[in-house]
Amino acid sequence: MPSLKDVKTKIVGVGKTKQITKAMNMVASAKLRGAQARIERFRPYAAKYRDVLAELSSKVEGDAHPLLTEHEEKKSCAIVLITSDRGLCGSFNGNIIARALQLAKEKTAAGMRVSFACVGRKGRDAVRSAGYEIFMAYADRMGSIDFPLASSVAQEVINGYETATYDEVWLIYGEFVSMGSQPPRTLCLLPLTTPEAGEVAADDAKPRCEYVYEPQEEKLLAELLPRYVKVQVYRGMLDTSASEHAARMAAMDNATRNCNELINTLTLLYNKTRQASITSELIDIVGGAEALKG
Amino acid sequence: MGTLQLEVVTPDRTVVSKVVEMAICPGVEGEFGVLPQHVSLLSALKVGGLRYRADGKDEYIFISGGFADVNNNVLTVLAESAELAANIDSARAQQAKERAERRIAEHKEGVDMLRAEAALQRAIMRLRLSQLR
Repeated sequence: MPSLKDVKTKIVGVGKTKQITKAMNMVASAKLRGAQARIERFRPYAAKYRDVLAELSSKVEGDAHPLLTEHEEKKSCAIVLITSDRGLCGSFNGNIIARALQLAKEKTAAGMRVSFACVGRKGRDAVRSAGYEIFMAYADRMGSIDFPLASSVAQEVINGYETATYDEVWLIYGEFVSMGSQPPRTLCLLPLTTPEAGEVAADDAKPRCEYVYEPQEEKLLAELLPRYVKVQVYRGMLDTSASEHAARMAAMDNATRNCNELINTLTLLYNKTRQASITSELIDIVGGAEALKG
Repeated sequence: MGTLQLEVVTPDRTVVSKVVEMAICPGVEGEFGVLPQHVSLLSALKVGGLRYRADGKDEYIFISGGFADVNNNVLTVLAESAELAANIDSARAQQAKERAERRIAEHKEGVDMLRAEAALQRAIMRLRLSQLR
């Protein structure tokens, strides 16, 4: 039987942990609201971009731009990995990292040299300890993501792709599906696959007549495609940031519940111990009195 | 004559969404005006000012490149960043201009000249627009 004092200390300790996890849960939910609002604001831009690009790419031949052409010889592969900076969000980062390392393994097995661009400290640390090459890393930036950041990451891989430093570029991030589900998502960034026109063209959105393009289609595509890569990377960042907070909320909610359970069990133990000690004291007293009477 | 709906969107927010009488965009091949009933058009934009007229008043928006899409009397401008002229921080733009000029003047190794020049162009455009308001 543990002593009364030990149990009491334990209960107080667990109670304090519970306060922290509860606070973290609330902070995460506030941040999640902000992150979700950003995704909402970004959606019209991304949707419009898809429409325009789909429209345009249907007019232009398949291999009209270097970013659309597949390299014949595949020697190296870049993986853009977006994770969170901090832990305490369940298996969220672990899942993304596992997916990334698995992909890296496959590519290495296929004879490619793999290097990483990491946004988020967790991913960077994991990749570093797994021994892969990192050509770019941004840690402690997930709290302040913005388009210029996405843009500089994207520009780096675009340059790499155009100079054939990388023959394939993959993007891995935590997709924000719902509050309860944030699966890792793998996306082939380069060579680019243009969105299909069919699914978006509603009747009223159809042009009444032929589009006028300024400058010509090919040049315009050359302007739009690199930006599309940036849009994709930015989307990955926004999604990961929202997912991180959602995952943390769930994890902290669980932790709070576990604390409650633990406190209940410990309180029961405390009361039992207390009663046991009272009983044994009583026995002592009664026994002593009996002996005196004797 | 119909109306023209102007939408200026950036990755972070929708800057303008209103009915306008006309708009003049800084296209890469020269400025072009858009009136209601404009033919469907897709054009790349350079760094510059977008002017639009609503309720008989002219307003300016700074656009840092992007593209414009005209379709069915809706003009959508997708820009990496956009600011209403009234919201431009001219002190900050002035600083950015000086910084860019210094960079170009020094002409050091490792300084990306293209980037410095683009930054200078943006700063100058911002300043010019902030004086127009």
